[in-house]
Amino acid sequence: MSAPTYLPAGMPRPQPEPDGLDAPYWEGTRAGLLRVQRCRGCRGFQWGPEWICHRCLAFDLEWIEVPPRGRIYSWERAWHPVHPALREHGPYIVVLVELPDAGGVRMLGNLLGDPTQDVPIGAPVEAAFEPHDEATPPFTLVQWRRTAL
Amino acid sequence: MEYGDRAEYGTVFHTRNGGDGAETVTGEARSIRGRVAVVGVGETTYYKHGRAPESEFTLALRAILRACEDAGIDPRAVDGFASYSNDRNDPSRLAAALGLPELRFSNMQWGGGGGGGSAAVGNAAAAVAAGYADCVVVFRALAQGQFQRFGAAPPGGAVSGEAALTFPYGLISPAQRFAMRVMRFMHDHGVRQEAQRAIALASYHHAQSNPRAVMHGRPLTPEAYDASRWIVEPFRLFDCCMENDGAAALVLVAADRARDLRRPPAYLLGVAQGSEHRNAARGHNAPTYATSSFTTVAPHLWDMAGLGPKDVNVVQSYENFTGGVLMSLVEHGFFAPEEANDFLQVENLIAPAGRLPLNTSGGNLAECYMHGLELQIEAVRQLRGESTNQVPGARVGLVISGPMVTPVSSMLLGTGDTR
Repeated sequence: MSAPTYLPAGMPRPQPEPDGLDAPYWEGTRAGLLRVQRCRGCRGFQWGPEWICHRCLAFDLEWIEVPPRGRIYSWERAWHPVHPALREHGPYIVVLVELPDAGGVRMLGNLLGDPTQDVPIGAPVEAAFEPHDEATPPFTLVQWRRTAL
Repeated sequence: MEYGDRAEYGTVFHTRNGGDGAETVTGEARSIRGRVAVVGVGETTYYKHGRAPESEFTLALRAILRACEDAGIDPRAVDGFASYSNDRNDPSRLAAALGLPELRFSNMQWGGGGGGGSAAVGNAAAAVAAGYADCVVVFRALAQGQFQRFGAAPPGGAVSGEAALTFPYGLISPAQRFAMRVMRFMHDHGVRQEAQRAIALASYHHAQSNPRAVMHGRPLTPEAYDASRWIVEPFRLFDCCMENDGAAALVLVAADRARDLRRPPAYLLGVAQGSEHRNAARGHNAPTYATSSFTTVAPHLWDMAGLGPKDVNVVQSYENFTGGVLMSLVEHGFFAPEEANDFLQVENLIAPAGRLPLNTSGGNLAECYMHGLELQIEAVRQLRGESTNQVPGARVGLVISGPMVTPVSSMLLGTGDTR
């Protein structure tokens, strides 16, 4: 059995794109690594994934591991259950996290802990890898938790 | 190194319209201003979601026929269609069903949500101005009870691409997709919940004198708003649009033909569509995140029309969520972000005497979620002097379509003396 997950079982599961664009990201999360794209030409970070560097238009992007930490850029607390798996679940928090160590790219995830907690924009957070080993195929989500200032 | 710095790609062109419209190399002005008019409008009865007694295609046909009747045009004179958001009612089927002698223009504006409402009018007008067609109908039909709802998760357990970065975290519906943009905007500029509330109250106020409105006879009080449940913070129930069944249509012809028809024409003064630099960067990575996507679009609209916010008498601004209306009014220049709390007071937003009468039919919140096309119809009614919440002497109306999606669009309509 996997460890408990933030949202209930039955939520939509991520599936790498058939053209292979985002496969290195999902392979990384299985290994507990946070990866984004970086251009070998201009050295700029890029996220979400794309086949071309939006800065210099080189088709030469590598995947690099970045420190799994950032600051809350925005957030929302969802109450209305839009998916059958969320019925009777109650509120949950989604955060948008800016990664200063990766050129300021932003990543999404849930904020672990009390779903009614206050969420200060700018607060530091670190990634928490949430494996879904029982899924077919297995995958790992990146969640976030508050850290000391 | 940025794209524009690379000599091998050559010069980067950025066309920015001047006050008289951009010019081609031959000196010809490029603007739609005054060249095309809306001469007929039509809609079906507006129904609660899932309550339409007829097929979606029938609703589309009825709205189109009513718009032609309003214009005094034989439906067989229609030779083009334009729509948006992947409307299911294909123009070739419409042309066959209506027995049109020929179809000359068939256009779909890319992008989901209601962002294409004004762009579809602009595309139709461009076709008329360019001579591709003579009489183009812009339409939108929805019977979501017969298809998938917007506000519920689509079926299927696996998601990929952008959705793989959002759906597993419960970031699924349009309200959830946009709440964080509004949350960040409110944080940056100290905007209070009451600013969103005023937008909702104005729509409900106007719906009470509009018998077409689904929420006619269902007034909203500030107390009821404050007591309503959160859908996703910062949106309460009444910050969110309805979902409805119905259809709406507009008929466009060239200005020189419009004068001879039976209704006062509403002339197109400008249209703009698009979005900012990398607005669609996946996983909420748009560099200018806390916007309604109009920061680059709105200046093009004003430039094409040669007008500014002070020239507008009445505004119809698409309410997917009230926060989107708030940001789109800022981005069209009606007030600065820091003025939002002061400007967005109910008395400022209601006809006939408010500073900026807003959503005078009740809009997506309280008239009908006709995917925003009811807003274009209301803008025409204001210029004809036929609104159920008439702004006295309205000469210029602004319609803003689908804030926060990409591409978005907006348009200006004017009476004959504004051309």
